[in-house]
Order: sequence, then C-alpha cells, then structure tokens
Amino acid sequence: MTVWHLDAANLLAILGMALATFACRAGGYWLFRLIRPTPWLRAVLGYLPGALFVSFVVPTLADGRPSRLVGAAVTVAIMVASGSLVAAILGGTAAAWVAWASF
Amino acid sequence: MNAPVRFTRAGAWRGARASAGLLIATVPFGMVTGIAAQGAGLSLAEATAMSATVFAGAAQIVAMSHWTHPAGFLAALFTTLAINSRLLLLGPVLAPWLGRLRRWQRLVSLGLMADQNWAMSVREMNTGGDDAGFLLGTGLALWLVWLLTTIMGFLAGGLLHPPADHPLFFSALATFIALLAQMWRGGRDVLPWLVAAAVAVVTARLLPGGGWHIIAGAVAGSLTGAARDSRRGTLP
Repeated sequence: MTVWHLDAANLLAILGMALATFACRAGGYWLFRLIRPTPWLRAVLGYLPGALFVSFVVPTLADGRPSRLVGAAVTVAIMVASGSLVAAILGGTAAAWVAWASF
Repeated sequence: MNAPVRFTRAGAWRGARASAGLLIATVPFGMVTGIAAQGAGLSLAEATAMSATVFAGAAQIVAMSHWTHPAGFLAALFTTLAINSRLLLLGPVLAPWLGRLRRWQRLVSLGLMADQNWAMSVREMNTGGDDAGFLLGTGLALWLVWLLTTIMGFLAGGLLHPPADHPLFFSALATFIALLAQMWRGGRDVLPWLVAAAVAVVTARLLPGGGWHIIAGAVAGSLTGAARDSRRGTLP
C-alpha cells in the first residue's frame, strides 16, 4: 500500500475526471441562464427531480434481487409513516440485510 | 420567484444537520470507493485527491474498476462524462436560489452539489426555504464524510472484502428511495414517474454501463408531465 506516491499520469486522469464533473455540475445551470424560462420549461423542471430519482431506483430494483425489494418497501413505509430520512435509510437497510441473510 | 434569497452560516448549519441520514448512508459507499482505489493501485494521496476533486462515487468506482498503469486519460474522462452528465440536469432546478447568489457562492455550491443533497435542497426551496446556505451546508457535510470514508476504506482495503451484493451497500439505494418517497406530490406524478421508469429500464438494457438510462428516464418523464399539464392548461 502506497501512501504519498504521486504519479503524473494518475494525477492527469484525476484532473480530467474532476474538470469533467465540475463542467457537468455547473454547465447545466450556465446553459439554463442563456435561455428564458417559459412556464413549460418550469413545469419540466418541476417534474425533473421525481423522474430522475425514479430512473435511478427502478432499473436497480428491476434486476430482481428479493432482498432489495424488501428493503425498498420498508424504506418507503418508514418514510411515509415517520417522515424521517435517517429512520427510513437505517430501517430499510436493516430490512434488506435481514432478507438477504434469510433467503 | 422574486423572494429575496439569503446565504447564511445558520442556513449552512441547518443543512449540515439535516443531512444526518445521507451521511450515515454514505459511509459504506465511501468505504467501497476507498477499497476500489487501493485495489486499483492508487496511492492514498491520489485516492484522497480524487475523492476531494471528483466527489462522485459511481464515476470514481467505475473508472477505477478498469484503471491502467499508466492511467488512461481518455478512458477516465469518458467514463466520468457518461456517468455524470446527468448532473447537467440538476443545476437549473435550483435556479431560483442560484440566480440570486454571488458568483463565488454559486460556483462553490454547484461544485458540492451531489444527487442526494440536491434533492434535499430542492425540497427545502420548494417548501419556502429562502436560505441557499442550506445547499452549501449539505454539500460540505457530504464532501467531508466522503473524504474521510474514502481514506478509511483505502486503509481497510487490504483487510475487508465485502461481496458486491452485500446489503450494506443497499444504504445508497435506500437513500434514493427515501428521497424519492419525499418527492411524491400526488396523482399528477403517476404518469411522469411511470414513463420515467419504463424508459429508464429499457435504456439500461440497451445502453448498460453509463448513466444514460438516468438521463433518458428523467427527460422522458419530466417532458411527459409538462406536456400533459400543457394540454390540460395547468402549467405553473
């Protein structure tokens, strides 16, 4: 295990990754500022968070591991009942763990 | 839309404290990233530099899963762009806050914007929050935990080898699911969410490996919602 070693090619690749990621983070907003937001575009942006997170979650759940489905159901149930992110995340992960260990 | 927006230390603190759930759930993810960095043959200094400057777990893990020596610049760059281009969609949603910040405040806030703390900040903004320091506070807290857990994972890398399907890693998915449950606004979300799910699942089959299915699903779902509202005459 190396601690302090710095390799030029590694650093260059890391720098490229960092700049590309920052360009994505800042670039969307920068482009958005160049156009005038219409009510239509505002509606799109209103629906975007839910649609984006659905697109994260559903393909991962669709791969069919039952422990994930159990964890997902428990996460949603705790979130709806308590409104607490901490409780939902911990409870859902614990449920997925129990299901993983028992099936 | 024209309410004044503040940017205070108190707002940042509130954001950091509100992030507790995200932070706990990030620990296993950061550890895995550190383990991957150690396995890819990076030094601790390089792994730390990557987590500090890239701050995007999925892209880091995938890039390091086929890291070469010497490192392939273009491979790392394209992997990162493929997975992180979805971040382009996040910034505009927070425009009512970001547009009223000074340049440095906006750039730092955008630089620390990840999916999870963005979702929390969107909710804060949409429920009347007027302190954009919230976004910075959630981002800074997440960034610090990311850095620390990457280092911990790197140091533990030789000792721990949890299987890839270990349920500890479900905590990252549980975070997204819990945030998604919070986003539910009622019946009008049904159609856009169904379209997003269908398009994302199909795209993930056709174009696996990148983040394209996230962009495809997000764009298809949100366009569907807006088109439906436009036809009904219920645009905001």
